[in-house]
Amino acid sequence: MPALWLWQHGPVTWPHVLVMILGAIVTLAVTLGVVTYTIYAERKVIGWMQGRIGPNRVGPFGLLQSFADIFKLLIKEDIVPEKADRSLFLLAPIIAFVPSFMTLAVIPFTMRHIFTADFGVGLLYYLALSAITIHGVMLGGWASNNKYALIGGMRSAAQMLSYEVPLGMSLVGVALMSGSLNLNHIVLAQSRTVWYVVPQIVGFCVFLVAATAELNRTPFDLPEAESELVAGYHVEYTGFRFAFFMLTEYVYVFAMGCLAATLFLGGWSGPFLPGWLWFAIKVFAFIFFQFWLRATMPRIRVDQLMSFSWKVLLPIAMLNLVGTAIVTTLW
Amino acid sequence: MALIPNGTDREPMRSEKGSAAAQNSAPAAQGHAPMPYGGPAVDDIRMEEMLLNVGPQHPSTHGVLRLLVRARGETIVEADPVIGYLHRGTEKLAENLQYTQIIPYTDRLDYLASMINNYALCHTVETAIDLEVPERAEHLRVLVMEMQRIASHLLFIGAYLLDLGAMSPFLYAFQERERIVQLFNRICGARLTYNYMRIGGVKYDAPEGWLDDVRDFVPWMKGKLEMYDRLITGNEIFLNRVRGIGVFDTKTALAYGISGVNLRSTGMRWDLRRNRPYSIYDRFEFDIPVGQHGDCFDRYYLHLLEMEQSLRIIEQVLAQMPDGPVLGKVPKIIRVPAGEYYCGVEGARGELGFYIVADGKDKPYRLKIRKPSFVNLQLLPELLRGQSLSNLIAILGAVDIVLGEVDA
Repeated sequence: MPALWLWQHGPVTWPHVLVMILGAIVTLAVTLGVVTYTIYAERKVIGWMQGRIGPNRVGPFGLLQSFADIFKLLIKEDIVPEKADRSLFLLAPIIAFVPSFMTLAVIPFTMRHIFTADFGVGLLYYLALSAITIHGVMLGGWASNNKYALIGGMRSAAQMLSYEVPLGMSLVGVALMSGSLNLNHIVLAQSRTVWYVVPQIVGFCVFLVAATAELNRTPFDLPEAESELVAGYHVEYTGFRFAFFMLTEYVYVFAMGCLAATLFLGGWSGPFLPGWLWFAIKVFAFIFFQFWLRATMPRIRVDQLMSFSWKVLLPIAMLNLVGTAIVTTLW
Repeated sequence: MALIPNGTDREPMRSEKGSAAAQNSAPAAQGHAPMPYGGPAVDDIRMEEMLLNVGPQHPSTHGVLRLLVRARGETIVEADPVIGYLHRGTEKLAENLQYTQIIPYTDRLDYLASMINNYALCHTVETAIDLEVPERAEHLRVLVMEMQRIASHLLFIGAYLLDLGAMSPFLYAFQERERIVQLFNRICGARLTYNYMRIGGVKYDAPEGWLDDVRDFVPWMKGKLEMYDRLITGNEIFLNRVRGIGVFDTKTALAYGISGVNLRSTGMRWDLRRNRPYSIYDRFEFDIPVGQHGDCFDRYYLHLLEMEQSLRIIEQVLAQMPDGPVLGKVPKIIRVPAGEYYCGVEGARGELGFYIVADGKDKPYRLKIRKPSFVNLQLLPELLRGQSLSNLIAILGAVDIVLGEVDA
């Protein structure tokens, strides 16, 4: 069997490739399942917080509601506005979605890397890929040839770029403490000492805020501010293209939850329970926090959003970084 | 303000010259050398005003208001409300209706405060024909009007917070409002368009146990108001969005004929229930809260405070509720003597007045309604000029219009 190229500890062979493809398919299936039930859980949880019942018609306890919604989106007419930039319009949802799924490749779901890549620069890879989604969002807003979509797309780009900086800065503290960008090594380092949420509490707070803004979720959901921009950048999208944008958002919620669990909450490490269960618990704690925010907060204004990122969040992240650097050097 | 334009000569949602991309890649103006680093010279960047069409199907215009917004970047240069999408010609219809027959039409003006609309018409006709209204009827009227004010203000707070992106307050407000609506349903058999009042009294007496349920409602609602105060008033994001936004002073307000909460938010203590007492309002003790800054926050907070005062009035009405008939001695056919009559009452959104020109027949010769929402909306272009687009909804929401009333 000829080696295709070298990867990690040896040459890659065809069986390797097959396993990789299979792994990607399984991860995709798991992710889609998780996303489907995240949406269901969101509607149930927010319903509960607002004194409503939430979906309860399709299947027992409404468990099949999300599938019904997806099916509805699939069979809807696929409309491309006449004056839209056709090729960009069709391309945008794909550009937005693909990186969101690719980021999951580096997440260590369990101790042994099943189906995921064990990168030396996993953290950097995550940040780099998640930045690509901005292009999809911006192109979608631009290509729709709709003013609301354009404003939504521009706001989205400005917001995601602004918050990427403090997000990155808050993560550097973790990298400094563990001395590695490999996500699995970071988890191992935490299981040896303490979860980084304790020493990096400032960084964690910055991360939480910046992550919420990155995810375009309440109170930073300006790009799709329904009451202002009708729906923001995806206002002209219908059917499955619209579903792609929604899917992107929820996959990112999941991915960001994974990142939070990995970097700050000790990943799969924990007593008694198996690693994957610990991981799932931590991820869903993060996701639940997002639901909670959505049921509680009004929306921040666009100029306040920007000044908050640059004038408050970034200096805090910088100070945290300097402090961490000094402490880790002296220790 | 403009009425719906004829034809489709203006279609601001779409640009006329093809896609936005195609437009913007148009060759730059000639005669400017490109900058050394290869970017376009500052003079070459073409700035255009954008015509943004907000509504009539926009989720935050509370119905069918349309705003033609000319924006430069995200700054509003001019905002022009286009109204009339819900026009039903209530005033003209009234000319062919007997005075009692007009009452259900008033339900559909400000459909969030139908009881007060009912009352305003009945009160005007009663004043015109000098009709005595039984005590119990007056008490029941004040009771339902104040409950209606609470229901209307609740909806304002819920919808306003929804405009600002908070979803839960809207659903919370609807739960509280639901209890009032249920009580109304029991007394008059309708949940929105009550048609409860008659000239000379009210249609139905309170059913058995109804007054006790209202008595239970008051302390419960007081607790809920505290909850709203705790949950919303202190929220930093909310405060940042509404403080110092949409400010105007008393002079401007009076020049534009603004009334109601919008006027009181500027610091003027003007409430028709106190300043031109009608019905039995002079018998009750209540305060008239006023704002200090005339901004959106004041308008929000005044709504909350006014609900508290309404509860106070309800308590006093319940304490002195007399027995007796609920409908006075009303002639079979009501003929208003020739002349002109005007009565204004303090509606949920400002001074609601009915102006009747009568020619001695059983139908008005002309009916003019002073619609507070319509008058208050006049100020909107003034408030929006120079503001950021992101403040548009916050300011529009706080002016608190109901399109059924604006368009009548």
